[in-house]
Amino acid sequence: MSGGESTAHAPGPKPEEIRTGLAALDYSILQQCMHCGLCLPTCPTFNETGRERNSPRGRIALMRAVADGELEMTRAFAEEMSYCLGCLACTSACPAGVDYATLLETARAEAEEKRLLAAPGRQIVRWLTLRWLFTRPRALHAVGRTLWAYQASGLQRLFRRTGLVRLLPKRIRELEPSTPAMSRHFSSSLIAPVEKPRSGTARFRVLVLTGCVQDLMASEINRATVDVLLENGCEVHTPALQPCCGSLHVHNGDHATAKTLARRHLDATPPAEFDAIISNAGGCGSHLRRFDRLLADDPAYAPRAAEWSKKLRDVHEWLVEIGFRVPVPAGDRPRRTVTYHESCHLCHGQKISRQPREILRAIPGVELIEAAEATWCCGSAGIYTITQPRTASWLQKRKIGHLRETGAEIVATANPGCHLQIENGFRLHAEGRQPKVVHPVVLLAEAYRRERGG
Amino acid sequence: MIENLKRLVGEPNVLTEKEDVLPYAFDGTAAVKQMPRVVVFPGSSAEVAAVVAFARERRIPVVTRGNGTGLSGGSVPLPEAIVLCVNRLNRILELDTRNLTLLAEAGVVTQTIFDRADAAGLFYPPDPGSMKISTIGGNVAENSGGLRGLKYGVTRDYVMGLQVVLADGSICWLGSKCVKDVAGYNLRDLFIGSEGTLGVITQVLLKLLPKPAARQTLLATFARMDAAAETVSAIIEARIIPCTLEFLDRKTLLCVEQFARVGLPTDAEAVLLIETDGHPAAVADEAQRIEQLAREHGATTVKRAANSEEAVRLATARRSAFSALARLKPTTILEDATVPRSELAKMIRFIADVAARHRLEIATFGHFGDGNLHPTILTDERDADEMHRVETALKEIFDFALSLGGTITGEHGVGLAKRSFLRQQLGDDSYALLKTIKRSLDPDGLLNPGKVIEPESTP
Repeated sequence: MSGGESTAHAPGPKPEEIRTGLAALDYSILQQCMHCGLCLPTCPTFNETGRERNSPRGRIALMRAVADGELEMTRAFAEEMSYCLGCLACTSACPAGVDYATLLETARAEAEEKRLLAAPGRQIVRWLTLRWLFTRPRALHAVGRTLWAYQASGLQRLFRRTGLVRLLPKRIRELEPSTPAMSRHFSSSLIAPVEKPRSGTARFRVLVLTGCVQDLMASEINRATVDVLLENGCEVHTPALQPCCGSLHVHNGDHATAKTLARRHLDATPPAEFDAIISNAGGCGSHLRRFDRLLADDPAYAPRAAEWSKKLRDVHEWLVEIGFRVPVPAGDRPRRTVTYHESCHLCHGQKISRQPREILRAIPGVELIEAAEATWCCGSAGIYTITQPRTASWLQKRKIGHLRETGAEIVATANPGCHLQIENGFRLHAEGRQPKVVHPVVLLAEAYRRERGG
Repeated sequence: MIENLKRLVGEPNVLTEKEDVLPYAFDGTAAVKQMPRVVVFPGSSAEVAAVVAFARERRIPVVTRGNGTGLSGGSVPLPEAIVLCVNRLNRILELDTRNLTLLAEAGVVTQTIFDRADAAGLFYPPDPGSMKISTIGGNVAENSGGLRGLKYGVTRDYVMGLQVVLADGSICWLGSKCVKDVAGYNLRDLFIGSEGTLGVITQVLLKLLPKPAARQTLLATFARMDAAAETVSAIIEARIIPCTLEFLDRKTLLCVEQFARVGLPTDAEAVLLIETDGHPAAVADEAQRIEQLAREHGATTVKRAANSEEAVRLATARRSAFSALARLKPTTILEDATVPRSELAKMIRFIADVAARHRLEIATFGHFGDGNLHPTILTDERDADEMHRVETALKEIFDFALSLGGTITGEHGVGLAKRSFLRQQLGDDSYALLKTIKRSLDPDGLLNPGKVIEPESTP
């Protein structure tokens, strides 16, 4: 404005340059941030350091400087993008509606492309996980099966007790105790490819997405999801082998693989065949909803991707939308206290906050107690526990403190990453009674079963 | 220089790398930015004094900053300046429930002060739009207003004392816990609203009030802007002073509702958000009379907030108005020209006329009850031609506000954004007095130079 010559500022990308990454991005997305600062109090990393660089507003300023050619994309820039949790709490706080998810994904992808954080070990791990393991459902199942055998056979206990665990490199050793306990069964052995409601005709035909991590460590959540959908008049389709959704890839700057995985989904289960596509994991759902944008420039897939995104529903959202049946109280079970931890990508990524609570409150015997900072990240954030262990454990401790303060016996949450992080947190900061961590639909399925004396 | 600063405040509290300091190049003001040379985070008043003394010795300008939410460019750096960020000074030092005062360091967030008082059954009324993240030091330096200004006044009305570091590094305490205190010149008030140009505020002693026993929020919708303005005049004429009397036009309503989803009517031309607080009987009576007056003056609907949660949601939604307007255009220029309440209708019509004449999109919202308007120009800083029209429009708005006996800024401060209009408002003699004060307190011109007062053309 009338700021004087020294401060006047009229930037913008020069059109004649060939641009990629941030510079190629629609400049209005960067300009959308008017740096009012209302995001700052909700940003966990800004709260940790008090430094602007570690805030959404600061990161956007860095991105804009890169797009304007005022800042080289440096290692420090890449580290900053990696320090961001990607929890998207800032997007809930932002009145201006800045699309921070797109900004962060673009910045991370560009930093990855320029190999700013490249180190031999990191590249191998990235390739093994993102490019190999999480693109091959069969291989993922095999790893899950092996881990399960290792845990069920007592080898894990032996390994830990004999001290052999100390032979592992430090970083891996620190993570070993948080290895998730594997399920005995994958979803495919618990759920038939097509299941129909027991009584009456189906009102809806829905597709259930089982997720990779959830399928390995908590297939009973997928079973419960199918149960509650059947109970509410849905014919449920659950293909046995499903591709990974690609959220891990996008959050770690690997757009190409994410696109391939999205196309596989659209080929295997065309959205036209269903009334709704159901996700029960906050992190996956948030990404699955964005297939339309991910494949917008692919003419062969864009229309199907748009339909997919339109039909994608979080399970709680869908149940409330179709008017789920409130379970009838059965017997005289004691009251149970429950607190709800909001998965970042469910509440901030998908803006689903009210519906899970509505479901929990409808369950007979459940008393819902709100925890402080329920919408704050628990530190899990995809692979954040591996990339930023210090901040991840600070957030975990903070979260566990707030959850304990409620005195609730049960912590309900709807994302496998949060589920693990909170279970591990209770173990790590053990005191008194250990609350149980469950998915809200598991509680609802249980209530339906109890009606029938199950 | 950097080594010396590190010695004074500790190595981790000095930032110099480009990626670290670039995010301190701006505050909440549109279209102004300047890279600082270094950002320092002192941990105590003594460290602030040491940094200021060092800067004077080396003749380096110092720009004080809290959390950078200012709206007139007050904390935007200057070339080669040290940015002195007070957000490590974040302790509430004392809550005195016998004298109803609270002593806080400058970097404490306004919301934290409100919450702390609230938990003790007390009330800190000033509530600037950015209170969730603005610092109390910044509020005092800018003399911030807020939604409750009509009944409760502004930040100045709650400052009983403050600690300030002068340009030579000395530390002064001005004011006391006494309700009456006339010892010496009232220098405390000189520093309130001084925008970092006279000293660095490091501690603030605040006055608290008992928490009002009851409050009621009403939302009235209007099909015509004039009807809303007439309702406001009728309320004031009826000798009712509500706690807040906020106005939003249609454009603002749409944006705010898109973000906050609190059920604001998006088909109304104008909305008044009114809150009355105090003794339950008085609140009930006032709410009743306000509702009646609104209906008599053409309100289409009048709704009452069902409970305090809904009232808080509505107020929070209103506070997001400025940022929510950024949804429409890339650049959002917020102004706060203010006129005596009796002239509001004229001012609003004039703003509409300016927008039409200069082909600009202007949304208006603001504190109707105290005449403090926020005409907000929605534009694009990359469009040079339009930016030129924006400059002309702003000049006309300021000129008109002054001709009505108003002011160029009601609550955001002069900073960089309005310094070229200040002399016009004050007149030559008063402007010269400002300069005399600045020279005597900051003879080397190192404290936030170029803010409020325009730099001399000849040194």
